[in-house]
Amino acid sequence: MKTVHVAATINGDPVEFVCEPHESLLDALRNRLGLTGAKEGCGTGDCGACSVTLNGRLVCSCLVLGAEADKAAIGTIEGMAEADRLHPLQQSFIDHAALQCGVCTPGILVAAKALLERNPDPTDTEVRYWLAGNLCRCTGYDKIIQAVQDAARQMRHA
Amino acid sequence: MNMRAKSERAFKVVGTRPPRPDGVDKVTGRALYGADVSAPGMLAGRILRSPHPHAEILSIDTSAAEALPGVKAVITSADFGLPEDESLRDIQDNCMARGKALYDGHAVAAVAAVSPAVAGAALKLIKVEYRPLPHVTDVDAAFAKDAPVVQAGRTLENVPPGVSENVTSFCEFGHGDLAGGFAKADRIVSRSFTTAATHQGYIEPHACLASMGSDGKADLWCCTQGQYNVRSVCAGILGMEASQLKVTASEIGGGFGGKTTVFIEPVALALSRKAGRPVKIVMTRDEVFRATGPTVTTSIDVKIGMTATGRITAAEAKLRYSGGAFPCVTVDMGAQAAFAAYDLEAVRSLGWNVLTNRPKEAPYRAPGAPQAIYAVESVVDELCEALGLDPLEVRLKNAARKGTKSSYGPTFDDIGLVATLEAAKAHPHYAAPLGPGQARGLSCGFWFNFGGNTCVSLNINTDGTVSVTEGNPDIGGSRAAISQMAAEELGIAYEKVRTVVADTSSLGHNDVTDGSRVTFSVGLATIKAARDAIGKMCARVAKIWGIDEDAVFWEGGYAKPAGPNAGDFPPMSLAEIAAISFQTGGPIAGHHEFNADGAGVSFGVHLCDVEVDRETGATKILRYTVFQDAGKAVHPAYVEGQMQGGAAQGIGWALNEEYIYGADGRLQNPGFLDYRVPVASDLPRIETVILEIPNPGHPYGVRGVGETPIVPPLAAVSNAMSRAIGARLNRLPMSPPTVLKALNAAGA
Repeated sequence: MKTVHVAATINGDPVEFVCEPHESLLDALRNRLGLTGAKEGCGTGDCGACSVTLNGRLVCSCLVLGAEADKAAIGTIEGMAEADRLHPLQQSFIDHAALQCGVCTPGILVAAKALLERNPDPTDTEVRYWLAGNLCRCTGYDKIIQAVQDAARQMRHA
Repeated sequence: MNMRAKSERAFKVVGTRPPRPDGVDKVTGRALYGADVSAPGMLAGRILRSPHPHAEILSIDTSAAEALPGVKAVITSADFGLPEDESLRDIQDNCMARGKALYDGHAVAAVAAVSPAVAGAALKLIKVEYRPLPHVTDVDAAFAKDAPVVQAGRTLENVPPGVSENVTSFCEFGHGDLAGGFAKADRIVSRSFTTAATHQGYIEPHACLASMGSDGKADLWCCTQGQYNVRSVCAGILGMEASQLKVTASEIGGGFGGKTTVFIEPVALALSRKAGRPVKIVMTRDEVFRATGPTVTTSIDVKIGMTATGRITAAEAKLRYSGGAFPCVTVDMGAQAAFAAYDLEAVRSLGWNVLTNRPKEAPYRAPGAPQAIYAVESVVDELCEALGLDPLEVRLKNAARKGTKSSYGPTFDDIGLVATLEAAKAHPHYAAPLGPGQARGLSCGFWFNFGGNTCVSLNINTDGTVSVTEGNPDIGGSRAAISQMAAEELGIAYEKVRTVVADTSSLGHNDVTDGSRVTFSVGLATIKAARDAIGKMCARVAKIWGIDEDAVFWEGGYAKPAGPNAGDFPPMSLAEIAAISFQTGGPIAGHHEFNADGAGVSFGVHLCDVEVDRETGATKILRYTVFQDAGKAVHPAYVEGQMQGGAAQGIGWALNEEYIYGADGRLQNPGFLDYRVPVASDLPRIETVILEIPNPGHPYGVRGVGETPIVPPLAAVSNAMSRAIGARLNRLPMSPPTVLKALNAAGA
């Protein structure tokens, strides 16, 4: 099968890779670029563990082809902290014990960041509906909602 | 909100909420889970699975697959031996079908190839000749004398005659005069219930990377709740010596009991042995649903007699569980747990396990208890409703307490049920007004909690820091809790301690992370290892001061002279002792190895408010509060997290989650779209109230907390819904179609 050459920006860095035409962006990130922060929980877009941004839009990277990333700007969990400075959402998740096993956490953080960029002051219900595509099996979501709201407050007052 | 039952020692670190040591790794994507590592020369492993629920495997032709360029190994059950131990043989047969495929999704062959795509293509070239057999997936149908027999010859001797050969085991618990008890009752309610099989639903599919050399030495990286169990099972299946297999547990993306056994690990090792290269297997979600541990599916009868004033006079349960295609004793735990919350003069529970053409059951958080207690708590609630009694008062009136002979035998020591019920009664939730069409339900819950084989090393580093090495994968923040207990005992700051989870070659055996045992048992071993190190540090100081060892004692992180007679020496800190340890006898370490006893049982009470949409049958959870006795909450945020997470899983079980089998015996919903776990918008806030009734079996009073919280939601939600719609519900899940049917039957 003929591979596809892709030139993209990932977390602000120019990146080139080749992938098979049917290969998902998630597989390309994980297996070709060593970016294993995005997880495959289902491969069918139902769990959100593979959430990334594609030109600013929140997507499940298991439902996007690697080839579609050509000339696009991709944002992953690996780009969320600035060097050793955690994003307020990341710090808030630690402070609020909003993660247990942590395997859904990268996807939820990427999704929550996308929410706060659109809506810096969401209601609890808005947070719950925005994150309804991200399954967490450990926490019952309670502390996740609190962590997002606390980070949102800090970011509004920053 | 922390409610202390009695005053206790003043803790400095235990009871605080420090950041977890794995936090930064997990919020930055740096933490490595099962599927996140690779090895040079690594092959991709894939597994071929039976499309039939029950079929004889007449032949498997792998020649075309082996001939495909890029394929390096193909295996079937012929590549494994036949272990003598029956339970080991069952695990092996579940990993790779031998002679018969026993359920839809049962593994029949596996391939290792240079890429997942080539491995996938090779699977299509394997020709399996099946002879389909009649199948049975329903628990009650499997009992019938003429039901298709899933496995013959697996019936234990104590099974009463007259049932299908599918029945594998029988159990009986209880005491007292049942007939006499029922004769004293003013009202007797007898009901039958069914519960669907559910899946643990961990977000991380099973994954492993196996590498075996031609010298027979092997390394295995996998997501598991117990690397030592993986080692002993895989070594047994592959005929290896345990020392030659090093198993390293990855970060684990959820387990809940479902990662206490093996599915792909022996397969990956066998492929690696055959191919001579590392092999990585990662399950798809479809495989996780079809071939890894769901819970038992159950059919339960409960009969309870009560006086007009709410005292239970007699109680009986008959539990029929199916743990799938292999013998399973989860029903024993259900039968023991069913009436644990009550102080009863006459109680009996009987249990049977029956084989069905479903995947082999794996434990799921308090295995067996949620179903049994759901049925019991539903009948108790119906009696309360029928007799016009307050359901909380009735629980208090009948509650097990210290000195109660439990329904399953032992007499309870200090337990927290009454305090937990009192806390629920006093909470604003219980008195909050309800709107029209809304109702409130409650349920008690219980879990035994376990101790088990445990081994910890604690090294005092020369810079005054401490490294704790333990052997249980951290599924809910246990590294933080263990570091806290080490810091507490040593009298140093939490930040000075780092706890790591060892591979199987670096520490002695530790039982699986299960039974809510880790914070209790590993914590206890850590405290004792710290005391061992303290003893050694005091001995070093005694040597320095030139006094007797027992004239030195440890307090708040310092060695001090025991009294005026010991001499006048300035206290020496842990850091000072560590810094000169090479001059006083060498490195200092503490160890503790034991089979932990004394895990205190745990009770919880949940309150749930619901509103049912009478047009669609959909249910909204309006308010939810969890009350639970934690003994001592070491890291309260993670105790709350267990309470909230367990409650959410229980709510999912109550409302939506269900293995649905078609008439063809195939699983109809092996994906998160059709097997619907709760999402954030399905749930309200989950309030928590931690009670602390110290466990006498632990120096800090710690009890396990992880499992109890999944028990009460099933009945709490069902009781609320039954009251909301004015008709008793008796099957789980209470999905909208089930509720609509009940509404129609009630003429509502």
